[in-house]
Amino acid sequence: MKRVSLTPILCAIPLGAVAVCVVGSQWLVPDAKQQDILLGVTPAGTAGHPFGTDQLGRDILQLAIAGARSAVVGPIAIALGSMLIGLLLGTFAGYFGGWVDLTLSKYADLLLALPTTLIALVVAGLVDGGYWVTVLVLVVLFSPTDIRMVRGSVLAQTTRPYIESARVLGLGRFRIMFRHILPNVLPVALATMLLNVAFALVAMSALSFLGLGVGPGEADWGRQLADGRDLLGRNSAAVILPGMLIIVTAAAINLLGDWLQERFERRAAQR
Amino acid sequence: MSSASARGSVVRFVLVRLAATVVLLLAVSFVVFSLLHLTPGDPARNLLGPKPSSPEILASIRAQYHLDDPFFSQYFRWLGGVLHGDFGRSIRSDTPVTELLADRVVVTAQLAFLAFAMTVLVAVPLGIVAAVRAGSTIDRTMSVGAIIGVGAPTYAVGLILLYVFGVSLDLFPVYGSGDGGLDRLWHLVLPAVTLAFGVGALVFKLTRTAVLGELDQDYVAFAVSRGLEPRRVRTMVLRNAFIPVITSLGLVFGFLFGGTILVEVTFALQGIGSLLASSVTFKDIPVVQAITLLTAAVIALTALAVDLIYVGADPRVRARVAR
Repeated sequence: MKRVSLTPILCAIPLGAVAVCVVGSQWLVPDAKQQDILLGVTPAGTAGHPFGTDQLGRDILQLAIAGARSAVVGPIAIALGSMLIGLLLGTFAGYFGGWVDLTLSKYADLLLALPTTLIALVVAGLVDGGYWVTVLVLVVLFSPTDIRMVRGSVLAQTTRPYIESARVLGLGRFRIMFRHILPNVLPVALATMLLNVAFALVAMSALSFLGLGVGPGEADWGRQLADGRDLLGRNSAAVILPGMLIIVTAAAINLLGDWLQERFERRAAQR
Repeated sequence: MSSASARGSVVRFVLVRLAATVVLLLAVSFVVFSLLHLTPGDPARNLLGPKPSSPEILASIRAQYHLDDPFFSQYFRWLGGVLHGDFGRSIRSDTPVTELLADRVVVTAQLAFLAFAMTVLVAVPLGIVAAVRAGSTIDRTMSVGAIIGVGAPTYAVGLILLYVFGVSLDLFPVYGSGDGGLDRLWHLVLPAVTLAFGVGALVFKLTRTAVLGELDQDYVAFAVSRGLEPRRVRTMVLRNAFIPVITSLGLVFGFLFGGTILVEVTFALQGIGSLLASSVTFKDIPVVQAITLLTAAVIALTALAVDLIYVGADPRVRARVAR
């Protein structure tokens, strides 16, 4: 099927560009945060500033390139952290069942019912924690979906014959859980993690849009959007560029994650 | 089982569900109250805000808020006030929180209802069309759109809509909530579209999955092979598929109420979401407590309403509850 394999290629192009910005921003745009107050706002197309400048005379394009790092690194940490929690607690819940499962599932349900933005805003905002505290809060808020997902996959594995034979062989419970079940859960976990990166990217930039997580002078897409809001009439590129960057990056990761998930599910179904 | 005892079980289910909601709200209120003490710094100084402080003023604040009392007696005093509609005074504006919230709740509720109406009127029909024509180009296009929509950040979508329809085309007002009536509605169109976009994508996906799942059932194959009119089969399918859709719509409403923060900030609307954002930055703790509790109450009550509607609408659920 040729149509299907087009998705990863189409997604890889923007994601590759973002990855280059994340890794190489200090060489690509060493003075992105350079202010030029006298210059002030200039519209897109100004000589030397293809996307214009903001109130402080900072180049919109350079700032957006430099902002990729804080937009992407935190979300990856969030997805990794919450999946680690998910794999651990989800495996316990799925394998042990009983009260362990009940307690963990109720905990996940409770967290799942909370509006993420609101809780993250209130907790991270009142604690004044900065970037990594915000990441930590989001790890906790993202973990319930992972716990549920892993629990479901583990449950589906426990009825398989190979687990039965492992038990008959007298293997330890932890050995069965982490050496035999876990490898079969990992592919789906990977796809879920990718989807989580996209959601975390949106949540994280939402918080920096509201003024949390990154300091005032820092380069960050959400922060740049918030600053650009007042410039809509004078340099709309200050909003369009970071806005499109967030939308396109999130969409590319989402589509890729969705594609992976479908592939893994199809492969699991064929077995 | 006799129908009288079945009805008794349903009543019991409703009562248990009501009690659970009350317990949940009490737990939330406890956490919300603790915010004052979890916030770094001296609570008295936090309550004083940026006003000049002296030991005497701090002592008077401690006395006024009973900060030297045991934690639980403070909590119950606060809870007693809350139950009488008294959330204390806002630190920033020095007015009663209830007064501050009264106007703003209206804006947020109108925004949430408008977005909800758009979601119901657009996303549900599209989801049905996509499921009926599963695999077609229309379905694939809309499904890709939904994947993008679910993940699309509200604030970025809002600002781009604002640029296109507010600034470039000058069709809609750019800022503010308008003067009430039709003008208010006019000001809320773009924010509501923004809010409905992400949630609508979610509802679209859920509707599509629900209808597809129903189309897959044996009774559909049987009805078709029996030679029933396609229209009648479709009515049967839709009636069954609507049950999960209604559930998701109910949950969506609570979610919309909490999700208005970003949209209100983006469009400079004077609702409770934008008030929460600025109050958090300002550490206006009484206002933060009131809004968090209010939102939790709306979400918990809609979840309760959804469960009750569910029991009322689906005989299978009623039977399961009655067991």
